[in-house]
Amino acid sequence: MVPASEKFALRLYIAGQTPKAARAISNLKKICDVHLAGRYSIEVVDLIENPALGRGDQILALPTLVRQLPPPMKKIIGDLSNTERVLVGLDLRPRPRRASA
Amino acid sequence: MAKKPNFRTEVAKAPTGIPGLDDITNGGLPAGRPTLVSGGPGSGKTLLGVSFLVEGALRYGEPGVILTFEEKAEELATDVRSMGYDLHKLCEEKKLLVDYVHVDRSEIEETGEYDLEGLFVRLDHAIKQVGAKRVLLDTIETLFGGLKDTGILRAELRRLFRWLRDRDMTTVVTAERGDSQFTRQGLEEYITDAVILLDHRVHEQISTRRIRIVKYRGSTHGTNEYPFLIGRDGINVLPVTSLLLEHEAPNERVSSGLPALDEMLGGKGYYRGSTVLLSGTAGTGKTTLSAHFTDAACARGEKVLYFLFEESPQQMLRNMRSAGIDLQRWVDKGLLVFHADRPSRHGLETHLLEMHHAVEIGDPDVVVVDPITNLMAVGTQSDVRTMLTRLIDFLKTRGTTAMFASLTTPTHSIETSETLISSLMDAWVLVASDNQGDRRNRKLYVLKSRGIPHSDEIRDFRFGPKGIELLPRRSNGAASPGKPKTSTRRKK
Repeated sequence: MVPASEKFALRLYIAGQTPKAARAISNLKKICDVHLAGRYSIEVVDLIENPALGRGDQILALPTLVRQLPPPMKKIIGDLSNTERVLVGLDLRPRPRRASA
Repeated sequence: MAKKPNFRTEVAKAPTGIPGLDDITNGGLPAGRPTLVSGGPGSGKTLLGVSFLVEGALRYGEPGVILTFEEKAEELATDVRSMGYDLHKLCEEKKLLVDYVHVDRSEIEETGEYDLEGLFVRLDHAIKQVGAKRVLLDTIETLFGGLKDTGILRAELRRLFRWLRDRDMTTVVTAERGDSQFTRQGLEEYITDAVILLDHRVHEQISTRRIRIVKYRGSTHGTNEYPFLIGRDGINVLPVTSLLLEHEAPNERVSSGLPALDEMLGGKGYYRGSTVLLSGTAGTGKTTLSAHFTDAACARGEKVLYFLFEESPQQMLRNMRSAGIDLQRWVDKGLLVFHADRPSRHGLETHLLEMHHAVEIGDPDVVVVDPITNLMAVGTQSDVRTMLTRLIDFLKTRGTTAMFASLTTPTHSIETSETLISSLMDAWVLVASDNQGDRRNRKLYVLKSRGIPHSDEIRDFRFGPKGIELLPRRSNGAASPGKPKTSTRRKK
């Protein structure tokens, strides 16, 4: 678990203004406002505009949320509709004992 | 490359540049479509894919993109460097782009709906950067280990192959061979244009690689399993030569190297481009006869490729020097090249491939195989016959004159022990020895010679200071002195 004082630098990769991308952005903002109020930054990268950026972070699936800070780097893919999973992925919740698929 | 085959109206092809593969695929892989290449670990599928892209970039003006899912770009470059492929240089010249796509399930959390558009964007970007016409996906099945939602993955792979087709990309998709299907994840369901299987078998400790075109929509193709080799120059598929018996039949004659033997062969020796079998028991002078033939060819300025399966070149040269035939001078002039190998080192097909390869590189006028019998010991009878047929056909198509020395066992009658191969030969010369009193008597005769009136005599010979000397005819023989008796021209 990440200490409550840590700042989060998040980058969300999308490709164009798709409904999935819009959902991911709004879901992410909601989660951050509730759980990371005042200690996060979000950068949205549209690969349609910057295709070269996908290679560096090994982006394959979209949308992909990358936790750049704090280390280690974490990746969360999907439209972030499952808040519990997003929180687990960001290390804001302990991983459930028995990983359910 | 062999001469261009006659194409019927078939799908457009992208040549692979891999020797032999373009022959069995009738020109290459389907252009603008995906081809599935499946095989077990170490079967050579990555190398086949990389060869296709490198050859495309180097020889056919078609740049390529390699998406590697298992090895990093540097690892891949190192792997293929030994085949003479310089991926770094090609990447610098913008003829090739290698992108390592890595997915680690442990660092990814899946939280709802997603697609693989990121992969599409990367591939699209890479294709645009080099103006790619060819794509290698090696091995895309790795994604099944990285992503949990196989439903999404399958739908996206289907979309990917369609996307590649829409962009006219000639694509090689490598896959791991599955237990009950061609690939572990059933990719053959999505890639239906062409499927190639690679196999690596070990039989009696001798390994053979084989390739088979399982499917090729809209094209004729070879349906057999063809052996292939991964050597210093990359992949080499056993070329399929014309099996139609349609090679040229030159009228020109070449000397056997012994004037007296030429005389027995209608006065002029063998036909150029024909196949001569030379058989006899141990120590009867087969190698010496081959050396005479070699010496005569080199003296005419022809190139001779001499395959040795029993002796080292040095040993053979020394023995022939002491027999009075100096072959070293032809080696020095570059006219005589030896290719020595242990028969037990490879399977029959690998030997055949190496011989093909050596002939293609050396482009000789004459080929000698001494002895062919040692090679025959590593295969079954039908394998040997198939292999010899292929080799002889290959040499005939090239117009190469070939001499095969064959060691026979004294317990069998020579003529019956070689029915396996003799029918493939145009001429057959036998050497034998028998004991007469306290010395061995050496004899030589021409058993068959297609299209040449040949002598029916059995001639005695001995080893003189300059190799083999045929002795004067026996006075009690049927032959009249001074003039060889020849059989009437045979119709075969």
